Amino acid sequence: MLLLAPVDVLNDLLLRFFSDETVKYFIWPLIQIGLVVTLVALWVAYATYLERKISAFIQARLGPMRVGPWGLLQPIADGLKLLTKEDFIPEKADRWIFFFAPYIAVASAFIVFSVIPFGPDWAVIADVNIGLLLVLAVSSVGVLALILAGWSSNSKYALLGGLRSSAQMVSYEVAMGLSLIGALMFARTLSLSGIVGAQGSDSIWYILYQPAGFLMFLISGIAENNRAPFDLPEAESELVAGFHTEYSGMRWSLFFMAEYAAMVVVTAVATTVYLGGWYFPFVYRLEESGYHNLYVLVSVLVFLVKASIILYIYFWLRWTLPRFRYDQLMDIGWKWLIPSALINIVLSAFAVFVLQALNGWRGIQTIEGLDRGMNLTATGKGIMIAFGLAGLFITGVLLARINWRSRDFNLKTQRRNIRLVNVPKGKPARA
Amino acid sequence: MHQVEIATTQETLLDSPEMVLNMGPQHPSTHGVLRVVLRLDGETVIDLDCDIGYLHRGMEKIAENRMYTMIAPYWDRLDYIAAVSNGLVWVETVEQMMGLDVPPRAHYLRTILTELNRIASHLLWLATHALDIGAITVLLWALREREEILKIFERQFGARLTCHAWRVGGMPNDAYDDFHKDVKQFVNNFPKRIDEYETVLSENRIWLSRTVGIGVIAAEDAIAIGLSGPALRGSGVAWDVRKSRPYAAYADMDFDIPLGENGDTYDRYLVRLEEMRQSRRIVDQALENLPDGPVNAKLPKIVKPPVGDYYHSIEGPKGEIGCYIVSDGTAQPWRVRVRPPSFVNLQALRQMCIGHLVADVVAIIGTLDIVLGEIDR
Repeated sequence: MLLLAPVDVLNDLLLRFFSDETVKYFIWPLIQIGLVVTLVALWVAYATYLERKISAFIQARLGPMRVGPWGLLQPIADGLKLLTKEDFIPEKADRWIFFFAPYIAVASAFIVFSVIPFGPDWAVIADVNIGLLLVLAVSSVGVLALILAGWSSNSKYALLGGLRSSAQMVSYEVAMGLSLIGALMFARTLSLSGIVGAQGSDSIWYILYQPAGFLMFLISGIAENNRAPFDLPEAESELVAGFHTEYSGMRWSLFFMAEYAAMVVVTAVATTVYLGGWYFPFVYRLEESGYHNLYVLVSVLVFLVKASIILYIYFWLRWTLPRFRYDQLMDIGWKWLIPSALINIVLSAFAVFVLQALNGWRGIQTIEGLDRGMNLTATGKGIMIAFGLAGLFITGVLLARINWRSRDFNLKTQRRNIRLVNVPKGKPARA
Repeated sequence: MHQVEIATTQETLLDSPEMVLNMGPQHPSTHGVLRVVLRLDGETVIDLDCDIGYLHRGMEKIAENRMYTMIAPYWDRLDYIAAVSNGLVWVETVEQMMGLDVPPRAHYLRTILTELNRIASHLLWLATHALDIGAITVLLWALREREEILKIFERQFGARLTCHAWRVGGMPNDAYDDFHKDVKQFVNNFPKRIDEYETVLSENRIWLSRTVGIGVIAAEDAIAIGLSGPALRGSGVAWDVRKSRPYAAYADMDFDIPLGENGDTYDRYLVRLEEMRQSRRIVDQALENLPDGPVNAKLPKIVKPPVGDYYHSIEGPKGEIGCYIVSDGTAQPWRVRVRPPSFVNLQALRQMCIGHLVADVVAIIGTLDIVLGEIDR
């Protein structure tokens, strides 16, 4: 309680001027929102820094080194530069739509953070009981911004980028939503705090129950964010810059921020649903010892570290893999991810059914309680983890069965080698 | 300005109107100032047309007003990625016109340096081709190795990119002191670097799906269009000027020609990678057997080839680069014509692209490995 004592002082101070309800339901939430927006904005800014550093290390170079020690102030310098740049609107562009599209993008990415549980207690702005649904719904509004930006720019490249992004995001939205359902069967709630609590009281991360679901969510999340290897809407070598070709200055950087914020959203949701959110073994001891605020802070830190690890996967993939082609991307969405998400739902439901059927059969105890998600006994956990691994395998087999006729299936076996011929010296060669 | 006819006679999917997309001359992946006008049905290419000439400098006309020895530096600027090879075709043609006997050491050094240039050019091709397909990291890896070659060039010629490497009759100066050591070091390090690219790309599922079966050109069509270099060998035609009409010291070298089967982008990728390995082999051999002696032949004060016309070609990194010179017996050529491999190879673009998607156009431009300096001259 010693830490953050000023918080209590501030609370007392506020209560002198405002009524109890105003402070509780208006002023504190405002402060929370301010904190979260600052935190997320900083996170986004330093995600760009991290990306540049990580890409530099992958590519055998140093990355930003000039602004501040190890270039740590680079994001701030970039932001200042972009703020002072000319805000250029093409003559033939649809001015108002062109003007507002970046705001829609940023808003839809940032609103989601209102329900993300960064930690227990006061570290979440709003614990809505349909939190996950809200995340999916609001983040899909981001597509609108991309379509509007692409269309209003009055440029063919931007238009193609906007078309691609709308198709891509709409089809991956489906896979993303479906892949989460497996985990929800164990959490038995849509509230994000509830999902974390369910994992906490079950002492497990759902990635162990749902390895296939996690993979699918991550892949479709990357595609949903238009990140490499699925960065077709802004494929710079084909479409120059895709939907934001005509944007410049701060308006461009709003799109940039929106992209990174959307990435952070996906990593935050993945952390919450599959990696136990802010829950970490032994951190709870702090709460028991009476350091409540310290406990919250450490939990937030745990959350950020977990999310950053997933963020690292994003960067890693982007700087390693080539880009898919548009039709191949759609193939992956519709022929691989959506079927696998459906298979995963069936398998998870079957697993839960087996679990319930086994409970109490010949003295086997699998379920401890159902009030905070599914709390399983050690036997139950073992069974579920086995089901999860089997699910990976079964999904793989079924997908191969569905797709084995397609041209792109198992390209490695189609790999050919070249012939080496040694034509006699000085003689004309013949084919 | 080139006018492109827009006809909307063909039936498109969903009866939607076709879109005419102008790629270039300012576009990140048309490799310079190539302008490609695409007619698209959705994202499928129905037709395309290339517009060239944005980098036209009138090289051939300039050559008519220069002395033979003065033209050589212009030739380095044709294909600026492979300045050393381009310079070689000019000096060798003039040497043949003059009937000069170039000392063997110069021949060997020419072999080493042009092969190094081939590796450098292929590395830049790999870098940009991979970048076009989205593998950004390969760009920096390949440029890292190219840097080693450019360092050797800088010490040898005094320039990194447009190095003026040769003189008619030999070389301006002998190899620098540490030349042997530097080249040897590069030769020893290079194989594991190529293996590195192979691990990133050759079996990469995305790379395969982007390159296998893309931009296929059959051997007959390739010959009919007049393709040369890796683009031709990718289709399985064993044609390499280094073997069929050896120049410099290639007759003494032992190396293989890599051949593809299907003539698609993936085959051309493999062919070029293997060519880099073979080039390394040639450099290694030439370095081991480098003879001693002078590097310059005796040359008259003014180069005046006898009356007649001459054609000589070498295997440049992009294909057969040839030089046709008509001499009227004066100190200046009467007419000069270059056979630019990129220009001829670019003709295949339309045939390769039709029916593919926009993304493939970029991959195919990359796989043709064109340099606009040479196309426009």
